[in-house]
Amino acid sequence: MPLLDVDHLTIDIPTEGGLLHAVNDVSFTLERGETLAIVGESGSGKSLTSLALMDLLPSKAIRRARSLRFDGIDLQAASERDKENLRGDRMAMIFQEPMTSLNPAYTIGDQLAEALRRHRKVDRKTARDRAVHLLERVGITAAASRLGQYPHQLSGGLRQRVMIAMGLMCEPDLIIADEPTTALDVTIQAQILKLLRDLQQEFGMALILVTHDLGVVARVATKVAVMYAGRLVETGPVEAVFGAPSHPYTRGLLRAIPVPGRTRPGEPLGTIPGQVPSLVGPLSGCSFRNRCDHAQDACASEIPDRTVTPGHRMACILDPVQTWAEAPALALDDRRPQ
Amino acid sequence: MLMFLLRRLAVALSVVLTVSVIAFLLLHLSGDLALAIAGPEASPEQVAQVRAQFGLDRPMIVQYGAWLADAARFDFGRSFYFRDTVAALVVQRMPVTLTLGAISLGVALVIAIPLGVLAAVKRGSWIDRAALIFCALGQAIPTFWLGLSLIILFAVNLRWLPVSGSATWAHYVLPSVALGWYAVPAVMRLTRNGMLDVLASDYIRTARAKGLRWPQVLFKHALRNAVVPVVALAAVQFGFMLGGSIVVEAVFSMQGLGHLAWEAIARKDFPVVQAVVMLLATIYIGLTLLADLLNAWLDPRIRVA
Amino acid sequence: MTSVSASGAAPLDDVPLRRSPLARMAKRALRHPGFMAGTVVLAVLLLCSLAAPLITAYDPYAQDISRRLLPPVWQAKGTWEHWLGTDKLGRDYFARLLYGGRISLLIGVATVLVSGTIGTALGVAAGFFGGRVDLVIGYIINVRLALPVVLVALAAAALVGSSLNTVIIVLGLLLWDRFAVVARSATQQIAGADFVAAARSIGCSTRLIVLSEVLPNILNPLIVIATLEMAHAILLEAALSFLGLGVQPPLPSWGLMIAEGKQFMFFSPWVITVPGVALVALVLAINLLGDGLRDVTAPENRS
Repeated sequence: MPLLDVDHLTIDIPTEGGLLHAVNDVSFTLERGETLAIVGESGSGKSLTSLALMDLLPSKAIRRARSLRFDGIDLQAASERDKENLRGDRMAMIFQEPMTSLNPAYTIGDQLAEALRRHRKVDRKTARDRAVHLLERVGITAAASRLGQYPHQLSGGLRQRVMIAMGLMCEPDLIIADEPTTALDVTIQAQILKLLRDLQQEFGMALILVTHDLGVVARVATKVAVMYAGRLVETGPVEAVFGAPSHPYTRGLLRAIPVPGRTRPGEPLGTIPGQVPSLVGPLSGCSFRNRCDHAQDACASEIPDRTVTPGHRMACILDPVQTWAEAPALALDDRRPQ
Repeated sequence: MLMFLLRRLAVALSVVLTVSVIAFLLLHLSGDLALAIAGPEASPEQVAQVRAQFGLDRPMIVQYGAWLADAARFDFGRSFYFRDTVAALVVQRMPVTLTLGAISLGVALVIAIPLGVLAAVKRGSWIDRAALIFCALGQAIPTFWLGLSLIILFAVNLRWLPVSGSATWAHYVLPSVALGWYAVPAVMRLTRNGMLDVLASDYIRTARAKGLRWPQVLFKHALRNAVVPVVALAAVQFGFMLGGSIVVEAVFSMQGLGHLAWEAIARKDFPVVQAVVMLLATIYIGLTLLADLLNAWLDPRIRVA
Repeated sequence: MTSVSASGAAPLDDVPLRRSPLARMAKRALRHPGFMAGTVVLAVLLLCSLAAPLITAYDPYAQDISRRLLPPVWQAKGTWEHWLGTDKLGRDYFARLLYGGRISLLIGVATVLVSGTIGTALGVAAGFFGGRVDLVIGYIINVRLALPVVLVALAAAALVGSSLNTVIIVLGLLLWDRFAVVARSATQQIAGADFVAAARSIGCSTRLIVLSEVLPNILNPLIVIATLEMAHAILLEAALSFLGLGVQPPLPSWGLMIAEGKQFMFFSPWVITVPGVALVALVLAINLLGDGLRDVTAPENRS
């Protein structure tokens, strides 16, 4: 039984112009110890998908799924109280805005201890010790003295580390990190990613990493799910998807990465012309067809979900490729235990 | 923080000074003071004597300086009408008004804050709509008419509470509701809008992601932040209430500062009016200063700079 | 580190504009229940008080000592002859109510003309010139806010002698603060806009820029404040008249009617209920209209 089973997840948001189909029929599974990267542009529905797992969607969003199970627990049937008990304890989330995701009115120590004290009924001292331990673990020096500080006294990088420590307080089985490095500068990004990967291996957690950065995916993830306009267009093990990208959108994404040694300075990177279509109102066919070089009449009708190799699926009428000449030589092995 | 404090203090003091000029001019624009003090039957010699005795023949600026020096020592001279010093009158009447203001503010906050929180949490529901209608109605009902209507209903028809006066706590119930009512819409709207903003913020999502129970999310994480601007508003509203108590005290015949001012105005007893204007303005300025400090203290971003 | 160039995703709420701004504003107005209710009630009250002579044959000043304090028609001894009853001098209450509406509306409009002019001038100057001008005007606003309105208005009325004109002038001189605050912040936003810089660059005078570029662009929020302040002025006039230092008898001000009825309210509560309800209806209608206008003209600021 997989830790997480998402089957045909759909999220609709009512707007003044009509129903916005933000996420359509997204399915994936995740085992303990795996890292799934959900990749896509802004507005592709990747963040909403992760929020839907935590049941933290905006209140007007409508979530539906054939099945939504965490460790066998049916999340759709679970009571509000059951979900509260899961959140922060067995599944935790790290948000992308370290500047605004911490409450300005309370100290770091208070906010860190909260989750543990809520779920484990421990005393202040234990919660405090655990907070210090985790702050040290995420690489914060003088951890004990940070506990009395307020969020505004910390830099963005430190706050993001605090957020990660906060997510780890109860040693969750699943941790969802929504663009955990976007707000940070490049050197800190690398540190935080390494940290996440190390912690994930140390604690044996499942990790969902939501990102628009394929470089991050290559370095951290074992599985990848590519989302476009609310749909999952291609998913599978990172080696398979990056080695034989079968959906034209995935290929377009990969072309947009500069590859050391192959991309010459000043040479334009591949871009995908056109715009993401509006998701308001009834949708049909492939939503990428208005930007796709291979678009045909058949793209306007139902698109089959096809298997490329076992575990590697894609949604396109084109035949899957077995190898791809342009495949970027990404440092995939970086993510293996050293 | 200290610089901020000193600057605010300097501005507050200069505003008080400007108000004192206005209050001083108020008295001296009211006509010939010597004539007013000496009384209508006084002979020209007597008037001249009074003029000399009270120093009213000196240049305006000198008179203002002397008056300000006295006022700073809480000496506002003698009342033209009441046989007493203005300071004694003010001290005697002050407690009623302060009590009334404090209870009214309490009534307003106790109604407005929970209502605002409820309206924000149940945004768009019938509770939210009812609260907004209640607000619109609150702003449209004149305080004095509300006071009279409360008297008719609760004092005359139901006989639950006394009609007028300020002898016991029961005497304060109706006036406090009438006076507090006016502050409810502003406080409620601010609480509601503050809560709506805070509830949509990222750190509330973080709190929920920790699995915290709804009451803890609502009261510890949301209300604590939403209430910060309400504190400042409450201080300002308290100032307005002291100013507005003149109407309520007139309706309920309460012997407070407002009633004193009303009587004094009707009798052109301007030293008293002057003193009450100065006092209320100074209290208001002090309250806004206090509100700024409270705000700074409540917000760690300012406090722990 | 590499990243995908997310080529500008189309905004999801990008619904094509089908109608002119004015037509859309009208549509929003028609859908806004508060705005519509406020407009209708205000229109009815306005028409009734303007057309008072056509609606009632009674003279609001005509006394009839033999018919004092007649109750309204819904009470036991009420008659349709004086359907809202008569006051302590036997004057028809309905006629006084209709003519009293004129006074309230006049006070509201005239006060706002005075206070709006003062406040807008100060606010625009502060916002447009900034720097020292802004500091000084901010200081003046602070001084004004420190003055207790009712008390100062009463004292001023007592000084110069209370009358309808006094009330208008005194309230006009006191109620400009919100105009100033709103005009200031609105002007600050406009003063930095490109079209103001453009007007400057082609050599337009300050006066021309303020009159032709700034004022038209800050008009919407000012109109909203004007309606809300109108309601404020009407309430204050009623309070001043109630305290005996506002509009003087025999003018039929609603606040004065309540003051005159106060001594009879224990036995004939309707003498204060009738003008009170009229006052609440008028102020409520104006406030609903003002709040509605804010939502209709600036939907992005909806609370």
